[in-house]
Amino acid sequence: MSLWRDIRGTILPFWVTLRYLFRRPVTVCYPERKQTPAPRYRGRLVLTRDPDGEERCVACHLCSAACPVDCISMQAAEREDGRRHAAWFRINFSRCIFCGLCTEACPTLALQMTSEYELASRELLQVIYEKDELLIDGCGKNDGYNFYRLAGIGVAAPRGSNPGETPPVDFRSNLP
Amino acid sequence: MNDVLLTFILIVIKLGLVLGTVLSLAAYMVLAERKILGRMQMRHGPNRVGPFGLLQPLADLIKLLCKEDLIPERADRWVFMLAPAISTVTALLAFAVIPFAAPLHLFGRTIPMVVCDLNVGLLYLFALSSLAVYGVALGGWASQSKYALLGGLRAMAQMISYELAMGLAIVPVVMASKSFSLTAIVAAQQPWPNAIRHPLAFLIFVIAIMAESKRTPFDMPEAENELVAGFHTEYSGMRFGMFFVGEYLNLIVLGAMLTVLFLGGWHGPLLPSVCWFLIKVLGVAFFFIWVRGTMPRLRYDQLMAFGWKILVPLGLLNILVTAAWLLWRG
Repeated sequence: MSLWRDIRGTILPFWVTLRYLFRRPVTVCYPERKQTPAPRYRGRLVLTRDPDGEERCVACHLCSAACPVDCISMQAAEREDGRRHAAWFRINFSRCIFCGLCTEACPTLALQMTSEYELASRELLQVIYEKDELLIDGCGKNDGYNFYRLAGIGVAAPRGSNPGETPPVDFRSNLP
Repeated sequence: MNDVLLTFILIVIKLGLVLGTVLSLAAYMVLAERKILGRMQMRHGPNRVGPFGLLQPLADLIKLLCKEDLIPERADRWVFMLAPAISTVTALLAFAVIPFAAPLHLFGRTIPMVVCDLNVGLLYLFALSSLAVYGVALGGWASQSKYALLGGLRAMAQMISYELAMGLAIVPVVMASKSFSLTAIVAAQQPWPNAIRHPLAFLIFVIAIMAESKRTPFDMPEAENELVAGFHTEYSGMRFGMFFVGEYLNLIVLGAMLTVLFLGGWHGPLLPSVCWFLIKVLGVAFFFIWVRGTMPRLRYDQLMAFGWKILVPLGLLNILVTAAWLLWRG
């Protein structure tokens, strides 16, 4: 009968709310209790170093080209030995949307995301990170990867001495 | 002379106690509502200010006092400024006739535990609860905003539909206790409270005061997802705060009304009478919050149809039956 159903439908919700009144809230009280983010959480960006302790970034501008909100900017420069690096490197985290496209674009795995998410600040200029704030000492998520040892360019080591490479052919010795 | 002075001092103390208790109760009712609603939705509710968020009302008060007092350019200035005061003052005044404890024997005299024991206390209460609508309706009208106007309009229509049912619901109570004085009505429910003796009237009255307090199943005047905030859309700062406090004062007053008329007032075993009164009022308030956490909002026409087509005829029928019963019993 529909009247009986209506009465039941009016009374039963009260029982539900009363039961929920004595349940433990699911809210995590944030500043006191912090949740551990997932390993692949997309938080603050860092610039990593290769296993030799050199900067991985070669200032190729691919990250700033991939960035949908244009928050990455840099100036490319070159050392005497031919190794490219960024003279300055700047990420504006007030613009960043943490999409991770820059890390996907990075060919040298220099730009990586960390699980740090507490970036809020009262000073707007404090959320613009310069190179010295971005650069960390470790390799990040990819130990052992060294772009210049695989690129075949004689910057990190003489050409042909890297793993998986054969020494360049001395064409003069091939002359008849 | 000394006697007059003593009476005066006692009255002032009584007034101060009642005012302080009712106002702080209203402030903490806001906190209690937010906490209980939060728990029903598996949240914590406010817990940042003070231990367990107990200082939240104070923080809210400071915030509201410091906010800019904005009056819309095209608003009817004086009416706009007056409206929140009406809704607060009427709610406060209504508490004057409510007996909150058994008469106290002090200094060889009997002090009635009611601010003013009017012999037409019930009518006074009804007059004030009808006047409270003016605060809402005028506030909505004076704001010069469509949402506020619609909210005020709905409040008016709602009050007209429910005041009638409310009045009809208490007629049996008055017939049974043969008095309009609230003290006499409380005294008349000594063995059994009116809720048991007049269950139908009790039910109608509960629904009517829910509509009267403009709370959830009937919160059309401030339906936040249709009308922004209804009649107080344009209000800010302490003027909004006064509407807010008025609403919660009204909640307490209506709870006290329900207690006095139907739940046996301050009568109860073991505990002192003030405790019983407070327990009953807070119980009614909890029920109101519970309803708010449970029920969805009715549609506007459903509310009017329910008021006029069901509650009013039921109330009339109830009066007839009760009168017949009283006549038959002599």
